[in-house]
Amino acid sequence: MSELLTRRRLITTGLAAAAGASGLAVAARLADRYSLIPPDHRGLFGAGETLTYAAHRILTAHHSLAREFERSQISKVIPVNGKHPEVESYQRLQAGGFADWRLTIDGLVARPSSFSLADLKRFPVHSQITHQACEEGWSFIAEWTGARLSDVLNVVGVQPQAKWVFFFTIDQWWDSLDIPDALHPQTFLAYGMNGQEMPLDHGAPVRLKVARQLGYKSLKYLSRITVTDTMKNIGDGLGSGSPSTGYSWYAGI
Amino acid sequence: MAESVQLHELAIPEVNVSDALRHSAVVRVTHWITTISFLALLLSGIAILLAHPRLYWGETGAREGPSLIDLPLPFVLDVPIRGPGRYLHFLSAWVCVLTGLFYLLYGFFSRHFRKNLLPSKDDFSWRVISPHLRLTRPKPEEALKYNGVQRLAYIAVVFVLFPLMIWTGLGMSPAVTSVFPWLATTFGGQQSARTIHFFVTIVLVIFVLVHIIMVFRAGFIARVRAMITGRVAAAKEHS
Repeated sequence: MSELLTRRRLITTGLAAAAGASGLAVAARLADRYSLIPPDHRGLFGAGETLTYAAHRILTAHHSLAREFERSQISKVIPVNGKHPEVESYQRLQAGGFADWRLTIDGLVARPSSFSLADLKRFPVHSQITHQACEEGWSFIAEWTGARLSDVLNVVGVQPQAKWVFFFTIDQWWDSLDIPDALHPQTFLAYGMNGQEMPLDHGAPVRLKVARQLGYKSLKYLSRITVTDTMKNIGDGLGSGSPSTGYSWYAGI
Repeated sequence: MAESVQLHELAIPEVNVSDALRHSAVVRVTHWITTISFLALLLSGIAILLAHPRLYWGETGAREGPSLIDLPLPFVLDVPIRGPGRYLHFLSAWVCVLTGLFYLLYGFFSRHFRKNLLPSKDDFSWRVISPHLRLTRPKPEEALKYNGVQRLAYIAVVFVLFPLMIWTGLGMSPAVTSVFPWLATTFGGQQSARTIHFFVTIVLVIFVLVHIIMVFRAGFIARVRAMITGRVAAAKEHS
């Protein structure tokens, strides 16, 4: 009887292993097809990142909105995480009231364009009072005002094969969003904060605001946007400068 | 000669005990995977905490404002969180959660919870409880089933503490709370969830420490062997 049991167990184990392996292969193909794989998916830690990213993409597929708050809940003290860039090009822009600042948008778009601050302010104005948390643990609530990135991208015409939207800053940083987050109604090109022009240390003249991800995804001091279908050839190919410092590309946690 | 010794040993009644399967394979495997992932979560959690060892209540909190508790720990930003701390935390969280789900399904369908974890009335007479509360050494026959205090402790860990950890962990996620806002609002906000996440960790660490002390008092080698091989080997514990 015990022999029978072991043989049966061996067969079931074998079948389960085969089913598991082919199931994994099918899951990997499906995940790739439905864009459920983040750029930092390699290695042991990549498995955790892929599970988180895929789970969130499925969970938020109906474009769920980040929690919004009352004006009375806006934080009295807004923490500053790093001062504005000290480079000469930034100081020149600042001296001119950012009148010479331009945001260029290129890559897989029908009409590559360049926008001034005044151009961006001509788009429908939107506001959100949302929570911004740092990976470190601190957080604050503020009101952000700006143009929806989706409105701007509609004007330049994103091509259908596009998969990623890359952002570059005056202080030489870069990050990227997938199309669902780029077109999300709470993803802003924000030029105002708490009813004022964007303060210098918070990203003047224009910063990105991504409400459903941690603060480090909301890049300050934007200078260029590139729409692509691949992450290769940009930085180390991980979609952002963050993974090399231990912060994952996807920051929805 | 050797044969007769073996026969003699076989004649001892406890040998039946030693043959009894104490822990099923699923319980043993999930126990050790959970042990490893809990340790990884704890270490990476400490690394993440050190980036900002202050706790708050409500929705927001920062160094510039008031805190609930200033932990007597240094702010260490560069070493831990920029190493593998954060990536490790989420990988081991997935391992822990998936293992836990598998264990829950098994526990319900195999009646493991009903048979082994659900305490009966008899488990709670003072005569039965008081020696446990004084952490006295358990009798050998107690190796065969969990006592009432043990049952309650395990039920609390499986059905209250671990779910609270997952809940408060998800309550800190801006993406997950966009779908389920109550994960954060139930506790009064994202920072409250973070604070509870910390205190439930402390309770879990205390549980693990008491658990290890009790295993030592009950006979470390025999109990750990039982959790690895599934067999009790109570006979050896006698001598």
